[in-house]
Amino acid sequence: MVSRAAWLYIVLVAAATGALVAVAYRTQAHLRMPILDLVVLQVLFLVCDFAKTPLTSRQTKWSPSSAATLAAVVLLGPVAAALVGAASLISPRRRLLIAERLFNGAMHALSGLAAGLTYVALKGPLGLPKSAEFRPLLIAFAVAATVHVLANQTLIWGIYRLNRGSGMLRREGLESSLLLLLASDLGYACLGLVIAALWPIMGWFSAVLVLVPLFVARWAMGQFAEQQRAYAATMNALCQAVETKDFYTRGHGDRVSRGAVMIARQIRMNSDRTEAIRFAGMLHDVGKLGVPTQVLQKTGALTEDEYAAIQLHPMRGLEIVREIGFLYEALNGIMHHHERIDGCGYPMGLAGHEIPEFARVIAVADAFDSMTSTRSYREAKSIEQAIDELRRGAGSQFDPLVVEAFIAALDVTEWILPGPATAPADLTVVTVQDHDDPTAPLQVVIP
Amino acid sequence: MTGSTMAGRPAPERIAYWQALDSGRLLLMAAAATLVIAAFAAIAVDGHLHSAHHPFDWAPPLVFGGFIAFGELLRLALPGGREAAPIAMVGAMSYALLLALPGHEIGRQSALLVIAVAAIGMTVGALPHIAAGRPAGVTGICARIVAVACVAAIFRPLASDFVHRPWELAFSIMVLLVFLGWLIDTVIAALIRADDVGARFGVAMLDEIRLQWPLGLAVGASVIITVFSTKTLGLGVLGVFAGPLLVTQVAFRRYAGIRATYLQTVRSLARVTEVAGYVETGHSRRVSRLAVSVGRGLGMAEPDLLALEYAALMHDIGQLSLPDPIPGGATVLVSAADQDRIAADGADVIREAGVLDHVADLVRCQSWPAHGHDPAPPLGSMIIRAANAFDDMVGGSTDRDRSAAALDHLRFDPREYDGRVVEALAEVAGRRVPSRL
Repeated sequence: MVSRAAWLYIVLVAAATGALVAVAYRTQAHLRMPILDLVVLQVLFLVCDFAKTPLTSRQTKWSPSSAATLAAVVLLGPVAAALVGAASLISPRRRLLIAERLFNGAMHALSGLAAGLTYVALKGPLGLPKSAEFRPLLIAFAVAATVHVLANQTLIWGIYRLNRGSGMLRREGLESSLLLLLASDLGYACLGLVIAALWPIMGWFSAVLVLVPLFVARWAMGQFAEQQRAYAATMNALCQAVETKDFYTRGHGDRVSRGAVMIARQIRMNSDRTEAIRFAGMLHDVGKLGVPTQVLQKTGALTEDEYAAIQLHPMRGLEIVREIGFLYEALNGIMHHHERIDGCGYPMGLAGHEIPEFARVIAVADAFDSMTSTRSYREAKSIEQAIDELRRGAGSQFDPLVVEAFIAALDVTEWILPGPATAPADLTVVTVQDHDDPTAPLQVVIP
Repeated sequence: MTGSTMAGRPAPERIAYWQALDSGRLLLMAAAATLVIAAFAAIAVDGHLHSAHHPFDWAPPLVFGGFIAFGELLRLALPGGREAAPIAMVGAMSYALLLALPGHEIGRQSALLVIAVAAIGMTVGALPHIAAGRPAGVTGICARIVAVACVAAIFRPLASDFVHRPWELAFSIMVLLVFLGWLIDTVIAALIRADDVGARFGVAMLDEIRLQWPLGLAVGASVIITVFSTKTLGLGVLGVFAGPLLVTQVAFRRYAGIRATYLQTVRSLARVTEVAGYVETGHSRRVSRLAVSVGRGLGMAEPDLLALEYAALMHDIGQLSLPDPIPGGATVLVSAADQDRIAADGADVIREAGVLDHVADLVRCQSWPAHGHDPAPPLGSMIIRAANAFDDMVGGSTDRDRSAAALDHLRFDPREYDGRVVEALAEVAGRRVPSRL
């Protein structure tokens, strides 16, 4: 679970923290440190830490505990701030590895100490704040809070790099949510000053009072995450319902969505756009419902009218999803996913970079999944064969950069092939042509 | 089915703003306007701002007014088309409850000054909304002004008594007053909403409380924090405290945003049955609108209405498993066994999501007759059944005779369609018909 390099890093950070706190304690020994206040802030820290909430649907967690550390910076000085941060050693959160506890404790202590020393160095007034000293206090506090957030994030970044490899950050979409994380960290760091301002009047009760808006914010974030999960699940179910009409294309939308996301991460789209392309990939063929079943299931060559009906499916799809509050780009991706780089695609015959990026990405994932799935008229191709086909089509049908990005992504992430397609016995009509399959173009009667 | 849906539906006419006002809104605005005019008049006549021994201190009203305007600018859309301005409320209520500021005279501002500052701040904050073509939100502003005015009127005369007493005393009074302010705001919102959507007041009030209490709690705590921390450190704390308030607001905004997207997605994807030719264009949306109105008429609460809306939107999704569309798409015309299969298939699709089982249940039971089935179908299913049958017969038409005939048909079959539901439907259908004469 924890790599050897990561262990070394943790031990080093912990040792450095211990040494620095000891040195700081000697130089700051003159500071008064009321034990009760210290314990209250430690408890506040632990409560905040316990209330960690997921910030996005994925890994990033957010915790307002920096407010407690920064209140200690103002009220009690740097060593106390380190001790407040060190409280996360005994965090009541369960299922924490020893390494995690040690690292969290050392990290919070070190960043608390750094913030405290910055505050003292900038001549920030220690102890109960007075209004006459507000200006120097505010300036020193702002710098200290920034130092605290930065120290925290740098130490976390180090452990991520060592433990999961450097690819981790990018693939989890951490980079773009980092800004959000920094902003909300700084936002709640301000609360440290507010706690300090309340302390002269109500003492420990100020910690309780400040927890109320914190917990409301946490509740709202939890609701958000819950809704987001429900949303994704509902979307999946509806897409599956749309696909039930055709046995062989089941799961197609889901796989194309995954492929599109792989490409999006490879070409470093930000997390909002990646999220949008996930949905665009899932829904790209929803317009097929508007194509009469007889046409989709026709054996033999299509008449021109029937071919036109198939060519209309991206527009139909757009019609269905237009009112969803998506990024505009996702709609473009759905509408143009059958355009070709050489301008021979449909519905609009766009060429080259006239084709929106989302559409170029979806087109590659779409064709790849079609080729690696079993069809009634042929067996599934192997991944290697499909890659060769993509390379052959690069420059004419597909965007070469997107094809290369996809092939690179396939090296890192395993492609989950559709299960072996054994058609149920009562299945009578199936699709015999696949409009997505670049190796077997639709047959059209030439009049 | 006759094809009367596409033609003949009048486009909704744009009506002037004042025509949309009902008596409740008018009363609220009149009350708020009276308060504001009284405040300005008193200040003007009294020369309240400049008295001989106290030169007027401009900093607190300016800072609080700016804070209120900032909060009004960052309004928050809440689920169900509601709007709140939590940060503006924090600013206005804190100014009303302000105890003292270091270096300033003890919180000397009168209730009238609080009203004037709140009114100016909120108006200034609303201007960018108007400039951007968004609704001005006058109703919300008026409700906030009335709430703040009540709190200020109670607390301002007492404020100077509290400054040198133990903080616990002021704290408890403030908790009560903050709650009072929230209650006034919520009651007004519930009254207006009940009037707007045709819900009962009791139900609307419970809905508002359920939806507003977390935000109310955050606002209340923030007001008290602001009042006490400005007492120690002065007005600068307002700027510091804006940080956490903003982050909290972002959390709420994301929550409301994903809920709206969720609803839009279900609305759009429910249309696949229309695009695929299984049902008539606009059918699912009309059925869901009817069903929600009927449910509201029968006193259903908002979470149940949301489930009902989802279920009504997706009630035909089971038809996707049919090999061929039913001619005309009207489920009312196919055999009971087929209807039951469509309902069961649809429920299976929805159950797949894992998070909408209550919606799936409503879809599952829509094919059951209202009476004589064991177990009895839930109210939501009976509503969907009646609304679906009504729309299959009437479609998008607003012809009175046609809807009357359809209602008679439903009334004729009291075993299939629940009497209460049909009567509520009749009432909704009666309101729905725009009088063109």
